[in-house]
Amino acid sequence: MTTAQTAARTTGRIGENAQRPDGTLKVTGEFAYASDLWHDDMVWGVTLRSPHPHARIRRIDVTEALTVPGVSAVLTADDVPGENAFGLEHADQPVLAAEFVRYEGEPVALVAADHPETARRAAARIRVDYEVLPALTDARRALDDDAPLVHPGGNLVRHLRLRRGAERPTAPVVVSLDFEVGMQDQAFLGPESGLAVPAEDGGVDLYVATQWLHVDQRQICLALGMPPEKVRLTLAGVGGAFGGREDLSVHVHACLLALRTGRPVKMSYGREESFHGHVHRHPATMTYEFGAECDGTLVYARAHVLLDGGAYASSTAAVVGNAGTLGLGPYRFPSVAVDAYGVFTHNPPCGAMRGFGCVQAAFAHEALMDELAAAVGVDPVEIRRRNGVQEGDRNITGQVIDSAAPVAELLQRVADLPLPPALPEQPDLRDLPGAVGNTTHGEGVRRGVGYSVTYKNVGFSEGFDDYSTARVRLQVTGGEAVATVHTAAAEVGQGLVTVQQQIARTELGVEQVVVVPADTAVGSAGSTSASRQTYVTGGAVKAACEAVRTAVLQRAAIALGRPVAGLALDGDKVVGAGGEVLAGLADVLGDDAVEETVEWRHRPTHAVDPETGQGDAHVQFAFSAHRAVVDVDTELGLVKVVALDTAQDVGKAINPDAVVGQIHGGSAQGMGLALMEEVVVTDGHVRNPSFTDYLLPTVLDVPPMRVEVLEYADPHAPYGVRGVGEPPTISSGPAVAAAVRAACGKPLRRVPIRPEHITCT
Amino acid sequence: MRVTTTVNGTERTADDVWPGESLLHLLRERLGLPGAKNACEQGECGSCTVYLDGEPVCACLVAAGQAVGREVTTVEGLAPGQSLHPVQEAFVEAGAVQCGFCTPGLVVAAHDLLARVPEPSDPEIREALAGNLCRCTGYEKILDAVRLAARRRATR
Ligand code: FES
Ligand code: FES
Repeated sequence: MTTAQTAARTTGRIGENAQRPDGTLKVTGEFAYASDLWHDDMVWGVTLRSPHPHARIRRIDVTEALTVPGVSAVLTADDVPGENAFGLEHADQPVLAAEFVRYEGEPVALVAADHPETARRAAARIRVDYEVLPALTDARRALDDDAPLVHPGGNLVRHLRLRRGAERPTAPVVVSLDFEVGMQDQAFLGPESGLAVPAEDGGVDLYVATQWLHVDQRQICLALGMPPEKVRLTLAGVGGAFGGREDLSVHVHACLLALRTGRPVKMSYGREESFHGHVHRHPATMTYEFGAECDGTLVYARAHVLLDGGAYASSTAAVVGNAGTLGLGPYRFPSVAVDAYGVFTHNPPCGAMRGFGCVQAAFAHEALMDELAAAVGVDPVEIRRRNGVQEGDRNITGQVIDSAAPVAELLQRVADLPLPPALPEQPDLRDLPGAVGNTTHGEGVRRGVGYSVTYKNVGFSEGFDDYSTARVRLQVTGGEAVATVHTAAAEVGQGLVTVQQQIARTELGVEQVVVVPADTAVGSAGSTSASRQTYVTGGAVKAACEAVRTAVLQRAAIALGRPVAGLALDGDKVVGAGGEVLAGLADVLGDDAVEETVEWRHRPTHAVDPETGQGDAHVQFAFSAHRAVVDVDTELGLVKVVALDTAQDVGKAINPDAVVGQIHGGSAQGMGLALMEEVVVTDGHVRNPSFTDYLLPTVLDVPPMRVEVLEYADPHAPYGVRGVGEPPTISSGPAVAAAVRAACGKPLRRVPIRPEHITCT
Repeated sequence: MRVTTTVNGTERTADDVWPGESLLHLLRERLGLPGAKNACEQGECGSCTVYLDGEPVCACLVAAGQAVGREVTTVEGLAPGQSLHPVQEAFVEAGAVQCGFCTPGLVVAAHDLLARVPEPSDPEIREALAGNLCRCTGYEKILDAVRLAARRRATR
């Protein structure tokens, strides 16, 4: 008994490697992902999408589609009962295209049928008469006077202008470059899916894979013309997200079909449709210039960043905000002039992806820091160390960085890690670029090492009301204290379910913590993005647990006739200051449950000044550094990443193993963008919407990764936590690109780096 | 058409199967076994890996009709009842599961590797898992899981 209790005290609290509560279900195949859902009597929904990047819809004829046996509904824009519009920041995107299509893949019509193949065949029989219009597919032309307009209000989504310090600074050393970043896909493995079930009250219940239930609900209600009580969402199992599930996909469509047919409707995209069905990372065109003293101390920066937002606004304005306010990296700049633009084009819409605007900018500022290092004759680590921000410094928006900013230490940590051994005389083919393709036996192979350090805001910025809600209940069931945690926060794989359990165990002293499915029956938790959930929903769960604990101890104090101070909860007992047992929790609570719901907010952030971009825009900054080691076959342009090591400050690791897992995964995604991942779009058409042609890093591509975790608690955050998920995706790619440059000596001003960029053929 | 096949040791029959349907669709949508996953249905990700007569295959690339009269083993059938196979245990313990969408396919692939090569080297593990994409983990903890499962097997 005693042993068991001792064991319970050391498992699963914060700071420990608690195991995921859904782990067993996931390894046995029993975890219900959105695409696994099934309902008696359900039908399948499919989407007909535009083949053109820009066209006017003259007429849609659904007659033939309706005659296909097994079809139960065919819907077009005319069938949208509410407003035919949705969008995260601006409702500018039609649920189903009405007059115009503005990108290839835009949804035009829906079909429900008893078999997915029947639905697809029927969709192919819908006749859409398009008048093809000239498409704007080059973002650099978007703001020209003669550019085709994507929306009547013009092609500018946002211009962030940032000015600080001297107006016309000069410096003895000046370096500059142009840089381009291709379009990356989130490529979460679980395809967009959902099941909509019509309800007896005339409303609908939607089970869907998403990142933010309440923002979905708001948009669905608008399109359905229904109040929130009628549109209830429950999170279905999510197979990864990385930003690609912030915007709606199947949501409204499945609900429309369910309400029309009166039957449950399942929608699940295939991979090709998935490439068209979610936003991507913005491609970027950037021009940067840094001025410095002869010893490399930075004097000024000028930067021009252009992000291709594609056809609809999505979260482009916020991405521009990040690319502008954070786009020079974690360095001290006395004078700054940054202009960041997001524009509309007829390319696929772009929006959120892990790293959110910082990823693109990091490739440019890190490449330029290496240029500067070379120009003044110091090494890449030293140039960054000399210029890196420290706690108490102001960043380029004038905001004081008021917790740890260990730029120099992070770099030192990765620099101090042992380097991988050189290739032996007769290397194993599998260790070479090209591997068993047998393209080299070592000849022409050069090794390169690259460094990068970056930072990222955590949480929503620029004055957004960024809160989360948690409901926590404590009761004694079957003689055991059980805490139940209910939030609407989306678990997408990152491990928030585990973190919620760990926090409740820590705060309430219980062992059994049940995290119930996330749904809209509780208040909003905000988005699972911006590395914010451990901080914000973690903060809400902690606060709700504290409220429950206070309520329980107040009851105990009355029952025991003692002051509340000095009482604590420990498992199913109320204990005194010395740990002595004073009462059983069951004696205090009886059959009652104590339940508290708390809405929790972090410190407010503020909009930046529209003229100068100055202001306290962000609530927290998270820093990471990478060192990449690569072998490059300089004759064929093939790259083998040999090592990719990270150092990151996480404030406090609530679950150290999960933190390291996030850093591994984030690093691999950054490496993917540096070397292979690009949605190729020409003339507005996606050329590679498949895993055959869109290359993702495999286990043969990703090298061993060492991770150094630093824990400098942020005094403003619950437990001192700092967001973890995004920083490694930002700093890994630039380190890989730098290593390839170091190996082959080419400037490489575009990612992903292709073989022909290395061989210049 | 009618398809009769043995799945996880039990004979199963499905009627009105469309000839173009994959084994993956048959398992997931007709036989109530959604363990094998549908990340690409293009033969590129390995999330749908199952055994067909003891050979690991991408179920999305096998027509349902090809499974007639043959034996299919899915991730649901690797261990009896509520128990976990050591490979499954190792995935949980090593933290190799994040979103888990790749996990069933990787578990089957690792299960197959360890049945063939009880003590695989790292390059052997990497080669064996090269057909299975994971977007979340960067593979490090998946490698840990396979090493752990191999060690456990060796000591049992
Ligand atoms: S679903 Fe079969 S290989 Fe991807
Ligand atoms: S754990 Fe998400 S894809 Fe592997």
